[in-house]
Amino acid sequence: MRARFLPHPLLTVLVTLVFVFLMNEVTPGVVVLGLVLGLAIPLLTAPFWPGRPQLKAPLVIAEFMLIVMWDIVVSNIEVAKLILFRRGESLRSRFIRVPLDLRTPEAIAMLAGTITMTPGTVSADLSADGKALLVHCLDTGDPEATAASIKARYERRLKRIFE
Amino acid sequence: MPVFVEALVAGLILIGAFFLFVGALGLVRLPDLMRRLHGPTKATTLGIGALLIASMIYFASVHETFSIHELLITLFLFLTAPVSANMMAKAHILRAQGERGRLPPTGTSAGWATFDSGKREKG
Repeated sequence: MRARFLPHPLLTVLVTLVFVFLMNEVTPGVVVLGLVLGLAIPLLTAPFWPGRPQLKAPLVIAEFMLIVMWDIVVSNIEVAKLILFRRGESLRSRFIRVPLDLRTPEAIAMLAGTITMTPGTVSADLSADGKALLVHCLDTGDPEATAASIKARYERRLKRIFE
Repeated sequence: MPVFVEALVAGLILIGAFFLFVGALGLVRLPDLMRRLHGPTKATTLGIGALLIASMIYFASVHETFSIHELLITLFLFLTAPVSANMMAKAHILRAQGERGRLPPTGTSAGWATFDSGKREKG
Protein backbone atom coordinates (compact mmCIF):
# COMPACT_ATOMS: atom_id res chain seq x y z
CA MET A 1 0.00 0.00 0.00
CA ARG A 2 2.73 2.40 1.05
CA ALA A 3 4.70 1.75 -2.10
CA ARG A 4 1.59 2.34 -4.22
CA PHE A 5 0.51 5.69 -2.81
CA LEU A 6 3.89 6.98 -1.67
CA PRO A 7 6.42 5.68 -4.17
CA HIS A 8 9.01 8.25 -3.22
CA PRO A 9 8.41 9.84 0.24
CA LEU A 10 11.49 12.05 0.02
CA LEU A 11 10.32 13.52 -3.30
CA THR A 12 6.85 14.17 -1.80
CA VAL A 13 8.40 16.19 1.02
CA LEU A 14 10.69 18.04 -1.41
CA VAL A 15 7.91 18.97 -3.90
CA THR A 16 5.63 20.17 -1.08
CA LEU A 17 8.40 22.29 0.46
CA VAL A 18 9.42 23.83 -2.86
CA PHE A 19 5.78 24.69 -3.65
CA VAL A 20 5.25 26.36 -0.26
CA PHE A 21 8.50 28.30 -0.71
CA LEU A 22 7.44 29.35 -4.22
CA MET A 23 4.16 30.75 -2.87
CA ASN A 24 6.21 32.48 -0.14
CA GLU A 25 3.45 32.06 2.47
CA VAL A 26 2.43 29.33 4.86
CA THR A 27 -1.37 29.17 4.88
CA PRO A 28 -3.52 26.00 5.10
CA GLY A 29 -4.64 26.37 1.48
CA VAL A 30 -1.09 26.60 0.16
CA VAL A 31 0.09 23.64 2.26
CA VAL A 32 -2.84 21.47 1.12
CA LEU A 33 -2.29 22.35 -2.54
CA GLY A 34 1.43 21.64 -2.07
CA LEU A 35 0.65 18.27 -0.51
CA VAL A 36 -1.68 17.37 -3.40
CA LEU A 37 1.13 18.16 -5.86
CA GLY A 38 3.64 16.37 -3.64
CA LEU A 39 1.49 13.23 -3.74
CA ALA A 40 0.51 13.43 -7.42
CA ILE A 41 3.89 14.21 -8.99
CA PRO A 42 5.80 11.21 -7.51
CA LEU A 43 2.89 8.93 -8.52
CA LEU A 44 2.91 10.21 -12.12
CA THR A 45 6.70 10.18 -12.46
CA ALA A 46 7.33 6.90 -10.59
CA PRO A 47 8.47 5.09 -13.79
CA PHE A 48 11.33 7.60 -14.15
CA TRP A 49 12.73 6.83 -10.68
CA PRO A 50 14.23 3.37 -10.96
CA GLY A 51 16.41 3.70 -7.87
CA ARG A 52 15.28 5.02 -4.50
CA PRO A 53 18.51 6.01 -2.79
CA GLN A 54 18.42 5.88 0.98
CA LEU A 55 19.99 8.85 2.70
CA LYS A 56 22.13 7.69 5.58
CA ALA A 57 24.01 9.96 7.95
CA PRO A 58 21.96 13.20 7.75
CA LEU A 59 24.62 15.08 9.73
CA VAL A 60 27.16 14.37 7.02
CA ILE A 61 24.80 16.09 4.52
CA ALA A 62 25.00 19.32 6.54
CA GLU A 63 28.78 18.98 6.79
CA PHE A 64 29.01 18.31 3.05
CA MET A 65 26.91 21.38 2.18
CA LEU A 66 28.98 23.66 4.42
CA ILE A 67 32.23 22.38 2.89
CA VAL A 68 30.91 22.85 -0.65
CA MET A 69 29.72 26.41 0.11
CA TRP A 70 33.09 27.28 1.63
CA ASP A 71 34.91 25.80 -1.37
CA ILE A 72 32.71 27.76 -3.78
CA VAL A 73 33.69 31.04 -2.08
CA VAL A 74 37.41 30.22 -1.88
CA SER A 75 37.77 28.87 -5.38
CA ASN A 76 35.64 31.63 -6.96
CA ILE A 77 38.32 34.02 -5.77
CA GLU A 78 41.05 31.73 -7.16
CA VAL A 79 39.39 31.60 -10.60
CA ALA A 80 38.82 35.37 -10.56
CA LYS A 81 42.58 35.81 -9.95
CA LEU A 82 43.44 33.43 -12.78
CA ILE A 83 41.14 35.25 -15.21
CA LEU A 84 42.32 38.73 -14.24
CA PHE A 85 46.07 38.26 -13.82
CA ARG A 86 47.11 35.36 -16.04
CA ARG A 87 47.27 35.13 -19.80
CA GLY A 88 44.93 32.40 -21.01
CA GLU A 89 47.67 30.49 -22.83
CA SER A 90 49.79 30.15 -19.69
CA LEU A 91 47.09 28.25 -17.80
CA ARG A 92 47.97 24.58 -17.44
CA SER A 93 44.51 23.34 -18.43
CA ARG A 94 43.99 19.64 -18.98
CA PHE A 95 41.59 16.76 -18.66
CA ILE A 96 42.12 14.47 -15.70
CA ARG A 97 40.61 11.11 -14.79
CA VAL A 98 39.00 10.62 -11.39
CA PRO A 99 38.48 6.91 -10.61
CA LEU A 100 35.17 6.42 -8.76
CA ASP A 101 34.44 4.34 -5.69
CA LEU A 102 30.79 5.48 -5.67
CA ARG A 103 28.31 3.12 -7.34
CA THR A 104 24.93 4.80 -6.71
CA PRO A 105 23.96 6.79 -9.85
CA GLU A 106 22.40 9.59 -7.75
CA ALA A 107 25.60 9.92 -5.72
CA ILE A 108 27.73 10.10 -8.89
CA ALA A 109 25.39 12.81 -10.25
CA MET A 110 25.82 14.76 -6.99
CA LEU A 111 29.60 14.40 -7.22
CA ALA A 112 29.68 15.54 -10.86
CA GLY A 113 27.49 18.55 -10.04
CA THR A 114 29.65 19.44 -7.05
CA ILE A 115 32.82 19.26 -9.16
CA THR A 116 31.29 21.63 -11.71
CA MET A 117 30.03 24.11 -9.11
CA THR A 118 33.37 24.36 -7.32
CA PRO A 119 35.39 26.54 -9.71
CA GLY A 120 38.57 25.36 -11.36
CA THR A 121 37.04 22.04 -12.37
CA VAL A 122 34.23 21.02 -14.75
CA SER A 123 33.07 17.43 -14.97
CA ALA A 124 32.90 16.59 -18.66
CA ASP A 125 32.08 12.91 -19.04
CA LEU A 126 31.60 9.58 -17.31
CA SER A 127 33.10 6.29 -18.46
CA ALA A 128 30.52 3.97 -20.00
CA ASP A 129 30.74 1.55 -17.07
CA GLY A 130 30.42 4.37 -14.51
CA LYS A 131 33.79 3.72 -12.91
CA ALA A 132 35.66 6.91 -13.81
CA LEU A 133 34.86 10.58 -14.24
CA LEU A 134 36.45 12.88 -16.83
CA VAL A 135 37.17 16.27 -15.27
CA HIS A 136 38.58 19.36 -16.95
CA CYS A 137 40.87 21.50 -14.77
CA LEU A 138 41.45 25.17 -15.52
CA ASP A 139 44.92 25.25 -13.97
CA THR A 140 46.62 22.26 -12.37
CA GLY A 141 50.25 21.32 -11.97
CA ASP A 142 49.60 17.89 -10.52
CA PRO A 143 46.62 15.91 -11.93
CA GLU A 144 47.09 13.09 -9.40
CA ALA A 145 46.83 15.48 -6.44
CA THR A 146 43.72 17.21 -7.86
CA ALA A 147 41.97 13.86 -8.35
CA ALA A 148 43.01 12.75 -4.85
CA SER A 149 41.66 15.93 -3.26
CA ILE A 150 38.30 15.55 -5.06
CA LYS A 151 38.08 11.98 -3.78
CA ALA A 152 39.05 12.87 -0.21
CA ARG A 153 36.93 16.00 0.10
CA TYR A 154 33.70 15.14 -1.69
CA GLU A 155 33.52 11.50 -2.68
CA ARG A 156 34.35 10.12 0.78
CA ARG A 157 31.47 12.10 2.32
CA LEU A 158 28.99 11.26 -0.46
CA LYS A 159 29.85 7.60 0.08
CA ARG A 160 28.89 7.93 3.73
CA ILE A 161 25.64 9.70 2.80
CA PHE A 162 24.46 7.34 0.06
CA GLU A 163 26.14 3.98 0.55
CA MET B 1 16.64 51.40 6.60
CA PRO B 2 19.60 51.79 9.01
CA VAL B 3 22.82 53.05 7.51
CA PHE B 4 24.86 49.93 8.26
CA VAL B 5 22.25 47.69 6.60
CA GLU B 6 22.33 49.98 3.59
CA ALA B 7 26.13 49.76 3.48
CA LEU B 8 25.99 45.97 3.82
CA VAL B 9 23.49 45.63 0.94
CA ALA B 10 25.52 48.02 -1.22
CA GLY B 11 28.75 46.11 -0.47
CA LEU B 12 27.16 42.76 -1.35
CA ILE B 13 25.77 44.15 -4.62
CA LEU B 14 29.22 45.47 -5.55
CA ILE B 15 30.88 42.12 -4.74
CA GLY B 16 28.21 40.32 -6.79
CA ALA B 17 28.62 42.67 -9.75
CA PHE B 18 32.40 42.24 -9.61
CA PHE B 19 32.29 38.45 -9.79
CA LEU B 20 29.65 38.47 -12.55
CA PHE B 21 31.90 40.83 -14.50
CA VAL B 22 34.92 38.56 -14.01
CA GLY B 23 32.85 35.60 -15.23
CA ALA B 24 31.91 37.47 -18.40
CA LEU B 25 35.51 38.64 -18.84
CA GLY B 26 36.69 35.04 -18.59
CA LEU B 27 34.33 34.13 -21.43
CA VAL B 28 36.05 36.73 -23.61
CA ARG B 29 39.67 36.33 -22.53
CA LEU B 30 40.19 32.59 -22.20
CA PRO B 31 41.48 30.97 -25.40
CA ASP B 32 39.41 27.81 -25.98
CA LEU B 33 35.98 26.37 -25.30
CA MET B 34 36.81 24.13 -22.35
CA ARG B 35 38.63 26.95 -20.55
CA ARG B 36 35.85 29.41 -21.38
CA LEU B 37 33.35 27.08 -19.75
CA HIS B 38 35.00 27.83 -16.38
CA GLY B 39 34.18 31.54 -16.43
CA PRO B 40 30.41 31.77 -16.84
CA THR B 41 29.52 28.50 -15.09
CA LYS B 42 31.35 29.32 -11.91
CA ALA B 43 32.96 32.65 -11.28
CA THR B 44 29.31 33.65 -11.33
CA THR B 45 28.10 31.34 -8.50
CA LEU B 46 29.56 33.69 -5.90
CA GLY B 47 28.32 36.72 -7.88
CA ILE B 48 24.71 35.50 -7.98
CA GLY B 49 25.00 34.33 -4.36
CA ALA B 50 26.09 37.76 -3.13
CA LEU B 51 23.30 39.50 -5.09
CA LEU B 52 20.66 37.13 -3.71
CA ILE B 53 21.87 37.59 -0.11
CA ALA B 54 21.74 41.37 -0.67
CA SER B 55 18.16 41.00 -1.94
CA MET B 56 17.15 38.92 1.11
CA ILE B 57 18.64 41.45 3.55
CA TYR B 58 17.02 44.35 1.68
CA PHE B 59 13.51 42.87 1.72
CA ALA B 60 13.88 41.69 5.31
CA SER B 61 14.77 45.20 6.45
CA VAL B 62 12.49 47.32 4.22
CA HIS B 63 9.32 45.23 4.03
CA GLU B 64 10.02 43.19 7.15
CA THR B 65 9.13 40.01 5.32
CA PHE B 66 11.44 37.07 5.03
CA SER B 67 11.66 36.17 1.36
CA ILE B 68 12.55 32.59 0.56
CA HIS B 69 12.51 32.93 -3.24
CA GLU B 70 16.22 33.71 -3.24
CA LEU B 71 17.00 30.32 -1.73
CA LEU B 72 14.92 28.67 -4.45
CA ILE B 73 16.81 30.57 -7.15
CA THR B 74 20.06 29.26 -5.65
CA LEU B 75 18.65 25.73 -5.56
CA PHE B 76 17.50 25.81 -9.19
CA LEU B 77 20.78 27.38 -10.30
CA PHE B 78 22.75 24.63 -8.57
CA LEU B 79 20.55 22.02 -10.25
CA THR B 80 20.74 23.41 -13.79
CA ALA B 81 24.21 24.98 -14.18
CA PRO B 82 26.22 21.73 -13.87
CA VAL B 83 23.89 19.94 -16.30
CA SER B 84 24.25 22.58 -19.01
CA ALA B 85 28.03 22.76 -18.49
CA ASN B 86 28.19 18.98 -18.79
CA MET B 87 26.16 18.95 -22.03
CA MET B 88 28.40 21.64 -23.56
CA ALA B 89 31.54 19.74 -22.57
CA LYS B 90 30.17 16.50 -24.03
CA ALA B 91 29.17 18.21 -27.28
CA HIS B 92 32.64 19.75 -27.47
CA ILE B 93 34.62 16.53 -26.99
CA LEU B 94 32.34 14.79 -29.47
CA ARG B 95 32.65 17.41 -32.21
CA ALA B 96 36.07 19.06 -31.78
CA GLN B 97 38.84 17.83 -34.10
CA GLY B 98 41.41 15.72 -32.27
CA GLU B 99 39.97 16.30 -28.80
CA ARG B 100 39.16 12.62 -28.48
CA GLY B 101 42.84 11.68 -28.80
CA ARG B 102 43.86 14.07 -26.04
CA LEU B 103 41.55 12.59 -23.39
CA PRO B 104 43.19 10.50 -20.67
CA PRO B 105 42.33 6.77 -20.75
CA THR B 106 39.40 5.66 -18.59
CA GLY B 107 41.51 3.07 -16.78
CA THR B 108 38.74 0.49 -17.22
CA SER B 109 37.68 -1.72 -20.12
CA ALA B 110 34.94 0.73 -21.17
CA GLY B 111 35.48 4.00 -23.03
CA TRP B 112 34.14 7.47 -22.15
CA ALA B 113 30.35 7.48 -22.36
CA THR B 114 30.28 10.06 -25.18
CA PHE B 115 32.04 7.58 -27.51
CA ASP B 116 31.04 4.26 -25.96
CA SER B 117 27.35 3.36 -25.80
CA GLY B 118 28.12 0.81 -23.07
CA LYS B 119 26.39 -1.98 -24.98
CA ARG B 120 28.52 -5.11 -25.05
CA GLU B 121 28.03 -8.62 -26.36
CA LYS B 122 27.71 -10.84 -23.34
CA GLY B 123 30.06 -13.87 -23.09
